[in-house]
Parts: sequence; structure tokens; C-alpha cells
Amino acid sequence: MAKRILAVDDSKTMRDMVSFTLSKAGFEVNVAEDGKGALAVLGGGKFDLIITDLNMPVMDGITLIKNVRSSAQHRGVPILILTTESDGAKKAEGKAAGATGWLVKPFSPEKLVELVQRVCP
Amino acid sequence: MPIGQDQAANPFAQFRKTYFEECAELLDALQSHLERLVNGNADEETLHAIFRAVHSIKGGAGAFGFDGLVAFSHVLESLLDQIRDGKVAATHSVIQLLLRASDALADIVSAARDDRTMSAGFAADIVASLEDLLLGAPDQPIDTTVPVAPVQVSGEVRYRIGFTPHTEMLRNANEPLLLVRQLRRLGGLTIEVDTARVPPLATIEPEAAYLGWVYTLDTGAPQSAIREVFEFVEDDCDLTIDIVAAQLATNPTAPVTCTQAIAQPLVKNGEINAQPASPTQSIRVDVDKVDRLVNLVGEMVITQAMLTEQSSMLPIDQYPALIQGIEALAQSARELQESVMAIRAQPVKSIFARMPRVVRDLAATLGKEARIVTTGEATEIDKTVIEQLNDPLTHMIRNALDHGIEPPEVRTAAGKPRQGTIHLAAAQRSGRIVIEVSDDGHGIDRAKVLAKAQARGLVPPGAALSDEEIDNLIFLPAFSTADKVSNISGRGVGMDVVKRNVQSLGGRISVQSRLGAGSRFILSLPLTLAVLDGMIISVGKETYIIPLTAIIESLRPKPADIHPVVGRGDVLALRGEYVPLTYLHKRFSIADAISDPCRGIVIIVQSESAGRLGVVVDELLGQQQVVVKSLEVNYDPVEGISGATILGNGRVALILDIARLRDADCAARQEQVSEMARLH
Amino acid sequence: MQPATQSTVTTLTQDNRDRAAPGENTHQFITFTLGDEEYGIDIMVVREIKGWTNTTMIPNAPSHVRGVINLRGVIVPIFDLRARFGMGMTTPTNTHVVIIVATGTRTIGLLVDTVSDIISVDPAAIRPIPEMGLPTDDRFLSGLVALDDRMVTLVSLSGLFSSPTAGLDPAIDRQSSAQPARAA
Repeated sequence: MAKRILAVDDSKTMRDMVSFTLSKAGFEVNVAEDGKGALAVLGGGKFDLIITDLNMPVMDGITLIKNVRSSAQHRGVPILILTTESDGAKKAEGKAAGATGWLVKPFSPEKLVELVQRVCP
Repeated sequence: MPIGQDQAANPFAQFRKTYFEECAELLDALQSHLERLVNGNADEETLHAIFRAVHSIKGGAGAFGFDGLVAFSHVLESLLDQIRDGKVAATHSVIQLLLRASDALADIVSAARDDRTMSAGFAADIVASLEDLLLGAPDQPIDTTVPVAPVQVSGEVRYRIGFTPHTEMLRNANEPLLLVRQLRRLGGLTIEVDTARVPPLATIEPEAAYLGWVYTLDTGAPQSAIREVFEFVEDDCDLTIDIVAAQLATNPTAPVTCTQAIAQPLVKNGEINAQPASPTQSIRVDVDKVDRLVNLVGEMVITQAMLTEQSSMLPIDQYPALIQGIEALAQSARELQESVMAIRAQPVKSIFARMPRVVRDLAATLGKEARIVTTGEATEIDKTVIEQLNDPLTHMIRNALDHGIEPPEVRTAAGKPRQGTIHLAAAQRSGRIVIEVSDDGHGIDRAKVLAKAQARGLVPPGAALSDEEIDNLIFLPAFSTADKVSNISGRGVGMDVVKRNVQSLGGRISVQSRLGAGSRFILSLPLTLAVLDGMIISVGKETYIIPLTAIIESLRPKPADIHPVVGRGDVLALRGEYVPLTYLHKRFSIADAISDPCRGIVIIVQSESAGRLGVVVDELLGQQQVVVKSLEVNYDPVEGISGATILGNGRVALILDIARLRDADCAARQEQVSEMARLH
Repeated sequence: MQPATQSTVTTLTQDNRDRAAPGENTHQFITFTLGDEEYGIDIMVVREIKGWTNTTMIPNAPSHVRGVINLRGVIVPIFDLRARFGMGMTTPTNTHVVIIVATGTRTIGLLVDTVSDIISVDPAAIRPIPEMGLPTDDRFLSGLVALDDRMVTLVSLSGLFSSPTAGLDPAIDRQSSAQPARAA
């Protein structure tokens, strides 16, 4: 059965690109626009990986990660954060909140797939 | 860009269109948030939203390799980050810089979208100002990574890797097993486990890490590859990587720790409760689909009107169910049409949002200071009307800046604030949309306008015109008070073009002005071009439609109420006032019509600019909602006619343009007045 | 809605056009009559041929503009071609014919007496309009062609409607589609 990934980003372009790349790589991908939407989607199914941006309206990435890490069903799910190179502080904050790893923007499709397969084989 | 190279060079090329559509939305949002900042209406969430907009633009730009865009947005984003963290204050001059920066950002995005290169040094001054602010901010997050010295080895090296996760490491769903698998991919691996920290079973926390490992790895891969395996867990573990046996390296290996001076941002707990301004659910729909829907509903309404008409000829007692059914259908059709029309209605915000930039750019060029205040942006109007409003609004605002708002010194000398204000407002009023563009400039110089009009032969010399009539002279073609054609307002774009644009939308425009205080332009537009409630009237054998919104009342007057007035035609005395009459059969040269208003019907209508008019017709045939069809698609504009419709009997009926009737009447009367003046 | 018996609608299909197309280098025209005179119009601009139906008058329009009709939901103006040619007004009956043509982006109707035929003409056979001798203004005409024992005058659609008195504003009117070359 294919691994299921939830991609969360307020940028439609980003969502489309991630979704497309990972679907091609054989994953089943769902998307959400912000943390709140993501929690709603998570509540409805079982996911094997969450990829999330940090800067989003309504509920940002950090809050989402904290919520996921304290949830019953998905607390053990790997979480990758999308971050830009210079965002050292955000990386640390993400990790402190419970992120498993990070993906640096801009990324190539190959890098995305490689990273996903690393934490979610 | 060479064809074909796109896909190979950039695997995400297919998302370009989406990205630029998104950029357009983000830039719009950025503008309105910055406006709030300018007006002092901003809160914390606004700052975050501003940051996110630029952040998202930057993110996508990186994916597509728009380096210039990445670089610029990066600097802007960094400053915005500082501002939202409270490290840089959003003073007036900072906000002005942000406005200019966002304008520049829009330009760079545009260039990227059109595959143009920006001129060298574009926005360099803005970037410099942004960087100055960044340097001045306290506690800059400094990314200092001590570079890992590349270890020079060849062939396989044996590494000894000590890996002891901290207790909390597993909470981040980092699987040591996965790390092991990755190490295995690098070469031959043996594992020793250290169980020293494992507590008694009773006190074990299932999610805590107690084990430690020592890996012995033989690999030809560089040390950086090993380090990469542990990339995500570096801070959550004790990691040592030693070379056990190899050719001696020039640099001693050492556990590398990354030191980052982290400026701790505010850490928020719990959900962010701030709700965005209007969190309504929405879906995207292609415009084509909506238009098709509108057309289909329009056709359906015509058919339903035909059914209604046919059914009205049936005896009720014989077909009660059929007749009732058709009545119910008429009701549903009407509601359906209103709903469909509402889909196409959009807030005027989308065009209002472009105006601040117009003001900024032009004010800067003219050396004037001005700001624009908008109200009623949520007012909704049909999409087709909105798109065509952009030009006339832009021209009016440019005019206000060019001719209305005085230079700052002149203003202060006159006791006015240095900065001029342009007010752009929209509201719905009795079935129409009213848009006002007003300024606190010096108003219309009536003496100058009159003189110019006389010089051009538009007005006979010595004619006495009211203030209102002089003001409306500016709408005449080929009229401009600029001594030279102002390059700013555009060659040949005068208020006459604006008026024509507005009229082609079925709208009206008028002006009010006070010398020294300012001017106010009022546009009145129909809510939608597609449908209107009409009163069907007949003149001779011809049938016309009068928009219901224009009708005040209708009556059959008595002979005593009709008064001929020298130089003004006939007027109707109505409750103490005099309403000028216009005879449609004369206007339209219709034979065999009722010429005596006392044997016909007088319909009192009101036009937007001022005053009432009594339209003399033969009969009132009934009221009907009609679908408006354009006469101009296949023919030309017709004086006094704003469109056409298809009645239930399949025949075409023309829709009267009340304002034009009144304007033309005014013009005709003006002719009479000037004729009288000439004779004296 | 008009009862079906009063109008005859013929839509020119591709079949119609192809059947009458013998050679390769020929243009096709639809011929129609005004009184005794026979005229031809480029088949490529003709969309439909229908019977005369009563029009809705356009106020203060030139006399050759008969008004507008509802053509399946679209408002189409009807021009009296005889009147346009300056040969007097037509008194339309239900045997008269309206040729619906597309000029540029506009659809308009031409009121004529009858429609005769589809003819194929070799462009080389088209002769220029003589300087005088014809009752109609040569702006409207693009050439003459002899057919058996008749003379067919070819009509120029853009010529008809690009002059100021046409009832169509020249600034707004757009060029019609292909028409045969006018001999110098």
C-alpha cells in the first residue's frame, strides 16, 4: 500500500509542485493550506509523513507540529519542514517543536523525493 | 527562452502559470495589508501577513531560478521579519520604504513573468535603504556555521561513529533504525550497542531513548556524507566521528558542532486566534463557465417569459395546474437569475487596490504630495463592469492629481494641509452602484473653463450658463484646460473619453465642484449589465422598455396641468413643481402616435445627474424583467437607446436610455436658450 | 415567436458549398435579385438565408436601416439593400429574403427580393465596374461577371458599410473577410 503524505503550505504553487513530484514517485498525497486545515485532514485518516511550511495564516507550522506531536494518532509521524537556507532560527524552533527534519527551499524534485524516502521509506 | 529547454532545465516549469497567478494574488494582498499599515489599522496579524506574502513569492522564485527576484525579496523579507518581531519599528518613513519596495517587487515579478531582464541597478536605492535598516537592527540572527574541513582521504576509510541520542530525540519521530539503514548504504557496518542508560522496566518511558551505539563503518564516502545521515538529529544527540584507520589526514577530525547565534523569536503557545478579515469559503471557477451559465440562464428567462405570456391567454379554469406551474416557474427563474448574477458580482476592491500606486507614482512625478482614501471596497458589481471601470477611474484620479491637487507650497499658503487627499468611495444606492472620486484640490476654475469653451466655439459668446452647466462643459469632446497636452494624463484622454466609457457601461457621470475646496465626480452604474426590471411602453406601433429604477411615477395629466414655456417646451405641473416633458414620438420620429399627453401616459423619470423628466408615451403595457442584449455588437450606439431585449413574443424591444434623453433634452433646450440669446 | 410557416430558413452547409465547386481557382458567390438586376455576394461571408420577418425600428436611423430582429437570441440589424443602392425603399412581404452575413466581427442582414443561385467564378473572369452606366454607386460594387446570358454585379460588403452614410460608424466598422480583387 502506498505511503500517504500530507503537504501543508499556503502557497498553491508549492502545494502543486510537492504534490505532483511525490505522486509521481508513488506516494499518495493530500494537501492543506494551513495548520488548521491540516489537522482536519489528519483527523480523517492515517498518514505516514507530513511536510509543512512554517509561515502560514490561521495556524502556522510550528503550532501545527506541536499539535501533531501531542495528538494520539499521529504523534509518531515524521514531519519535514520547508525552510529557506538562512532560516536558522526557524529550523531550531521547528526542531524544538518536534520536527523530524527539514527541506531547504528551493529544492529539486530529486532532493524532495530523496529526503522523503529517508524519513519515510 | 529556447523552446524545449524549459522542461529539461526546470522540472517545475509547468507550474509557472500557477506561480504567477499566485504572485498576482499575493501582491494584491500585500498592497491592502500595507494600506492598513499606512492608515494605522494594522495589527500583529497584518505584519505576519505582509511577511508571508513576500516569503511565498520568494519561495516560488527560488524554485524557478528567478535570481533577481529571490535576491530582492530576500532582503525585503528579512526586514519584514525584523519588523514583525518588533526589532525594527514601523515608522512613517519605514512604511513609505515598504510601499516603494512592494511596488518594485511587483515590477520585478512582472519582468520575470514576461521573461524580461530588469535594468542594472533597478531598485538599488531601495535595496540599500532596506539593508541600512537591517544593519541597524539589534540582535541580527547570524548564521555562523563552522565549515567542515574536508578530510583528504582516498580509498576506504574506517570510521568509528559514536551515536548517543538524547532522551528526547525519538519524540521527533527520528528513527535510529532508519539512520542505520542509511549508514549501511555507505559501506560495511558493524554495530555495538551500549545499554548503560537503560533504566529498570518499571520506570521506562516508551518514547524515550536510552540506548547508545557505536558504529564501525568502512566507506569510501567523504565524511560529509556521514554527517549528512545525522543531519536532522545533530542537536539531539552526542555524535562523534573518528577515523580509526586511514591514510593520515592533514586535518584532524573533530566533532563538528554548529554554532548559531539564534535570536529567539517569540514562541507562541496554542493556536493563533486572530481571524483574518473575511474567512469565507470560496472555490475557484473559470470565468468561461460562469459566463456560459449566465447566458444559459438568460435564455431560460426569455423562454419562461414566453411561456408566461402564452399561459396568460389560457382559460384559468381549464388549465389551473399548468398556469400555476408556470407562475411557480417564473418565480424560480427570477431567483435563479438573481443568484447567477450574484456569482458574477465582485467587490470593487480589486480595482480600488490599484489606485494607491497610481497616486504614489504620479504624485512623485508631479512633485505633489497626495494620499488616497478608499471606502466601500466591499461593494459588489458585475465582473464585466468592473473590468471596464479601471480606465475611467485611473484617468479621473490622474486628473485629480494633475489638475486638482495643488503643489504643496500652494496648499500650505492656502491654509490646507500639505498633502492632498483623494477620496474614492463606492456604495450601492437604489439598485445602482455609485462611485465617487473627490479631491480637496482647488476645484474647477469656471472662468477658465467657460473661456476655453467659448474660444473653441463650444458655447456661444455671452451665453448665460449655470455653474452646473459650466462644470459639465469639461465632458465635451476635445476639451482640455491644459495649456499643453499633459503627458501625465495621457495624450487625448479627456473627461469626454471617461464619460463615453462610463456611458457604454450604461452608467452616468456628473461633477460637483467648489473653487478652492475641490471637486467631486459621481459615477452611477447599473448593478449588472445583463438583466433589468423594465416597464414596457408603447408609442405608436413601437414598443420600448424603460428601466424601472428610473421611474418615479406615471400618470395621465389633465389639460390644466400642461404649460407651454417659451424656450423650454412643455412642462407638467406636478404637486407644485414643474417637470419638463419630452415627447417620444417626436424624439424618435414615430408616426401614428398619441401626441396629446392627456390622452396618453406621462412617465416621470429621474436621471442621476439632476432633475426629473416627463416622458410622454401612448400606453403602459406592463412590467417585466428582461435580459439586456447589446445593440452595439452588430450595430452602432443609438442616441437615447441603451440596449435591446427580446420580449416573450420573440420580438425585439429597445431599452430607453433615460439619462441621454434628459441630456439631449438639456442640449436641445440649451440650443433654444442660445438661439434666444442670439436673437436679442 | 414567429410561426414557422412565415419564414424559410436555409443554412448554408459545407456540403452546399462544396457541391457547387468545380475548379480549384474559383470563388463562389450567392446571387440575388433586386428588381431586374442580379447581384452576387461572396459566399464566404454568408451565414444564413431567411425569409423576411418584421423588424423593430431603430429611432432616427437612415432610411435603409430597416430595424433589428432577434436571430436566436442575438440582435441583428437589417439593411434594405435596394435603398442602400439609392434605388428606393423595398416594400417587404413574406416572399422577400434576408441574407445574413458576417462582416468582420459583426453579423448583419441584407434585405433583397429573391435569392437565386450559387455560382462559381474564375477571378480572371471578373471585370471592373465601368465608369458610368450603372444606377448604383460603384463604392458598393467590386466587379462584373458574365454568366451565360446574364450580367451579375458583384457586391463589396466592406464597400457597402465603410462609408459615413452607411449607418455604421466607419471608425467602428471592421473589414469584411475576403473579397475578389478590385481591378484598378
